[in-house]
This record gives sequence, C-alpha cells and structure tokens, in this order.
Amino acid sequence: MKKLTIAKNTKYIADKCSIDSLLTLLKEQKFKTVGPTVRDETIIYDELDSISDLPIGITDVHEAGSYRLKERNDKALFGYNVGPFSFKKYLFPPRLTILKTKRVDGKITIIKENDSVDKLALLGVKPCELQAILIQDKIFIEGEYIDNYYKEQRDNLLIVTTNCTEAGNSCFCTSTQSGPEAKSGFDIAITELIDDNGHNFLIEAGTKNGLTFLKKLPLSEPSDNDIETAVKKIKSASENMGRKLETKNLKELLLDNLNHPHWEDIAKRCLSCGNCTMVCPTCFCSNIEDVTSLTGEDNERIRTWDSCFSMEYSYIHGGTVRASIKSRYRQWMTHKLASWQEQFNTLGCVGCGRCIVWCPVGIDITEETKSLQEQVTAQAEQLAQAEN
Amino acid sequence: MPLNTARKPKLAVWKFASCDGCQLSLLDCEDALLAIADSIQIASFPEATRAVIRGPYEISLVEGSITSAHDAERIHKIRRLSKTLITIGACATSGGIQALKNFKDVNEFINIVYANPDYISSLQNSTPISDHVKVDFELRGCPINKNALVEVCNAYLNRRKPNIPTYSVCMECKRRGNICVMVSKGIPCLGPVTHAGCDAICPAYNRGCYSCFGPSEDPNIKSLSGQFEKTGMSKEELIRIYRGINANSEEFKNESIFHEQK
Ligand code: SF4
Ligand code: SF4
Ligand code: SF4
Ligand code: SF4
Repeated sequence: MKKLTIAKNTKYIADKCSIDSLLTLLKEQKFKTVGPTVRDETIIYDELDSISDLPIGITDVHEAGSYRLKERNDKALFGYNVGPFSFKKYLFPPRLTILKTKRVDGKITIIKENDSVDKLALLGVKPCELQAILIQDKIFIEGEYIDNYYKEQRDNLLIVTTNCTEAGNSCFCTSTQSGPEAKSGFDIAITELIDDNGHNFLIEAGTKNGLTFLKKLPLSEPSDNDIETAVKKIKSASENMGRKLETKNLKELLLDNLNHPHWEDIAKRCLSCGNCTMVCPTCFCSNIEDVTSLTGEDNERIRTWDSCFSMEYSYIHGGTVRASIKSRYRQWMTHKLASWQEQFNTLGCVGCGRCIVWCPVGIDITEETKSLQEQVTAQAEQLAQAEN
Repeated sequence: MPLNTARKPKLAVWKFASCDGCQLSLLDCEDALLAIADSIQIASFPEATRAVIRGPYEISLVEGSITSAHDAERIHKIRRLSKTLITIGACATSGGIQALKNFKDVNEFINIVYANPDYISSLQNSTPISDHVKVDFELRGCPINKNALVEVCNAYLNRRKPNIPTYSVCMECKRRGNICVMVSKGIPCLGPVTHAGCDAICPAYNRGCYSCFGPSEDPNIKSLSGQFEKTGMSKEELIRIYRGINANSEEFKNESIFHEQK
C-alpha cells in the first residue's frame, strides 16, 4: 500500500476507530476532551472518555419551545444538531471568580487566582458554533480590552468541527452564512458519511496543530465518490434548513422601525425570562459582584452571565432605562441582528436556533423578523397606493 | 466589656405567623454568625434564646405574616424601635401559605377546626408586613437562602446595596446547567415569572418551579398562563398553580382570581 502523505486542508478518510484514536491521542497529550453526550434526555456537552460516550444513533427534534430526542435508523456519532448549551460555557463560564483579596491588619492584599486552565479539546463543534466562537473572539480578545481567562483558554484550545449533513427544524445557518460546512477556524474538521459503502468520516486538518494529530491517525485516501457524497449531503442540508432569516436590509428594517407596534405584540408574549440570551452562543453580557465576608477580611470578585432581559442590567442612577418588556425584547433583537453589525462588523446571530427552541413560550426570532418585514412592506405599499 | 457591648449594633429577630424555618436558616449560618458575634449584638432571637435586650435596634429581621389584631399592633412597635426593618421569607413578604385562607371565609374554617371557636381571634386575611409598616428590604424565599441573609445583613451593616438579583429563576437555571423541564419534558414551571434566589433547585431535580420566592421583578404571568393552557392545563390546575406559598402576592393573587372568575 502506498504511504499517504498527510497535508493541511486536504481531505482523508477515517473510520470510527480513527475517531476513537483521535480521542485517545488528545488525552495522551493532556487535553481535556469535551463533546456531545446524552444526559437527562438531552444532548449536552461534557467530558468524553471514548466515542461510546457520544450520542450514537440519536438525534434531536426541535420546535419553537420544545426539544425531544429520537432514535435514528443508523449509528451516526454526530447525527444531531444543537442542544441547550453551546461551548460558550468553556471560554466564558457562567460564573467565574476573577479576584480574591484578603485584609490583614488593615492592609488588603490580592491573592493571585490560580487561573491556569486545562488544555481543552472541543469535539463536535458544529459550524454555527465555530462561527460563534470566532465572533466571541472579536469581543473578548480582538478588541481593545482583553479578557484574560478567555484568552488563556482560547490559547489552549483545539477545535474539532463536525460539518452538518442534515439541518434541524430550527436551524438557519445558511441565512447567517455560518454553516452547514465550516470553511475555516477549525483545527480539524470532520464530515460523517454513512451509506452503502459503510460508516466513514472525511477528515481534514485546518491548522498545524490539527495536522500533528492527523498524522498519527490511521487514514486512507478518499474516493471521488466519497468527496461527492459529502458535497451532496452538505448541499442538501443547506437547502433543507428548517428556518430562514432574510438578512438583506435587516439592520435598516429593525433600526428604522423602533416604534413599530409589532414590538408591543411580542411584549405580550415575552416573559423577559432571559433564556434566549443564556442559550445564545454569542451573547456575552456579564455582571460583576463583589462578595465580602461579614468581617470584611475575605473578599471575592465574581463574574456571572447577565442578560439585557433583567431590569438591573440597564439600571443607572435613578432607575431602569429599559423598564418595559417591549424595550428589553427590542434591545435583544436589535442587538443580535442590527447594532451588532455596527459594533463587530458581523451579525450577532449564527442561526443555531437555540433561542427559538429554549424559549418557554416559543418566540421565534426568524418569525418575528418576517412578521415585521411583511408589516413594514405592506404599510409602505399602502402608503404608495394612497399617494397615487 | 460593658462599654464595648453598648457600642455594638443590635440585631433583633421577630416572629409573627410562620413556621420558624427562616429563623432556622439564620441559626444555620453558624460560621457566619460566629464571625459577626464580635461585631454585633443579638438582641432578640426567639429560636436561639429567650432573652431580649431593649431597643432601639440597628437591624430588625421580621419573620411571619400578620394574622391577628395583636400582631398588627406589635409590628408597629417593632418598626418604631428599628432603624432598618428587613422582612424575611414568604410569610413576611407575601402572607405565606396561610394566606390561602384569604380566598375563603375564615370563620368557616375556625368553626370546623376548633372545638371552642370563641377562643380564636384571627383576622380574615394573612398579610405581609409591608401592608402594615414601611419595610426597608424584603428577602424572599420559603425558606430564605442563608447566604442571601448573610449578604443582606452584611450590606446593611456596611451601608451598601445588597447583591440580591430580582430577575427570573430561569437565569439561575441556565447558569447552573439545568435542562429546562418546560422545553424538554413539557412540565409546567413557574421559573420564568419567579424571583431568583433558590439557584433553580427544583428544575435541577426534574420538577417545575413552585415559586417559593414569589413573582420576579416584572412577571408576564398572562403569557405563561397561556402557554400552560396550550399544553393542556385545566382551569382548576391553573388556579392551583398560583395558589401556593405566595398565593397572596399581588400578581399571583390577581391571576388565580382571574381564572376562578372565568
Ligand atoms: S440569536 Fe438565537 S439563533 Fe441566533 S445565534 Fe443566538 S441563539 Fe442562535
Ligand atoms: S442581546 Fe442582550 S445579553 Fe445578548 S449580548 Fe446583546 S445586550 Fe448582551
Ligand atoms: S424571548 Fe422567550 S426566552 Fe427570551 S426572554 Fe422572552 S420569553 Fe424568555
Ligand atoms: S426549567 Fe423552569 S426555571 Fe428552568 S429554564 Fe425552564 S422554565 Fe426556566
């Protein structure tokens, strides 16, 4: 057999054993490996020991406000879309102690936090999630102020992306151009192929780091058919998105209609519970609290996820700026889809659909956008007719 | 050290109609209590000691609701003697589970339950302390969370704002990594309209939230009821879900009455 030379940005064929070997190799290299696994009838991300921890033969069924698991009729390892939690929690933890101080004899000393992070490998990062990480990079490390914890973990991160060959009912990554295939930003990318030829994976290294691992795996050369099948499957996923978001003139649509009655209509349904911001892989807001012991000797500064749906979020001297649910929902949606573009030169939404699925009353960001779009268009047409 | 004792701020705990559970949370603060024993003087604490030191008090913690004419007077005395008055627990902040009687004729109960109804003097309604006197801070929960209690006392003693979030339980639920029981299992949950503070303990054990902490800062109860109805909840169930530990809180009371009269 001809010896394969493994190069970057080139696709090879791996089988299930090679994927398992990849996990073993990562562990040998002292990586904490996290990825999808079933817990409580849900696919969440947690530590993986071997590929048997993956949600083998299981998929997720999404509706607005509803999530259920279902058995597949194959043994796919990555045959699901997205669960409630994104990988955000690893780089931007829900609760983080950022400082500890101690007061001795009236003098306050900062106890340096032992913040050293684990080497972390994320397995099964869907393209939309990868895009979300790239967006959070802009926020936490590419701007003027750098988040130390995020940076340290990001520098010790290996990303194994799995491209989507089926789209979920709440997915719209085609609209946000974040999937179903990852173009860059990964260390390793995998596309799962299950057909008459068996159960294989197209695998590719995107970075030098990824390449060193690929070189140690048992791989073979893909046939033209393998490559074609992958292209077809990804294309089919792209054409079968459960949802769609019209992004053309989106910023103008939202920012020009801040007083549209549709916001009131949403406010009647929105609970202002904050679930959508908690599950969104790009939302980055946090609150910082100083916690002091009663004696004032031991103090901690703690950062927790916050949300623009809380009243305190916009509290300034004298009161809350966004006192109504209407203004809070509007903040969320206009930030994600409009002002984010001004702030970070990209949409704040990667089309993962989590905010739709995990909203207890099933408010759908794509439906609300469409409804506003239709109402505004209809009103413009009426106006034009009246003028004629 | 009598001189020193005199200068220590006095903290008093008062009990009205309640189960004492919230006071026990305070006793449960062992380490923290010991730590402050040096800097404050516990002037009254029925669950811990019978001794009462005379006021005025820097901080009064009030547990329980007002259910008798005698208590309605007593709370005014306590208010006059207290620089800061903090109510603790669902009884004190909304009327508690005993406020279920507010929805019925109390004399009927009294006649059924007591052999000699004449000896019973009880008001028709169980009401929160804030219906009677000015309250400086309300700490929610049934029971209260002991760390939150330490935080509130700490904040008042150090003249800063307590870090007690008023948003929904859902925020804590997601931060804790719970899987939403409404979305993943269709279990009704009051979390979206309930004040945070319990760290979403019920959803962590696969149950819906019962709202031990009462309504959140700006609850959209109508919308949640609509969702419950969609998932098949009956009128009786809807009335019952809001008639729990915080049945007498304004928002829950209005909602349960609305469904009753529908
Ligand atoms: S806004 Fe919704 S669909 Fe978009 S990235 Fe956030 S959670 Fe996903
Ligand atoms: S949508 Fe709200 S929570 Fe999310 S990033 Fe924007 S302001 Fe923050
Ligand atoms: S849109 Fe849904 S998830 Fe978001 S705050 Fe409103 S009710 Fe909660
Ligand atoms: S389980 Fe209840 S508290 Fe938790 S997110 Fe769902 S609705 Fe909110």
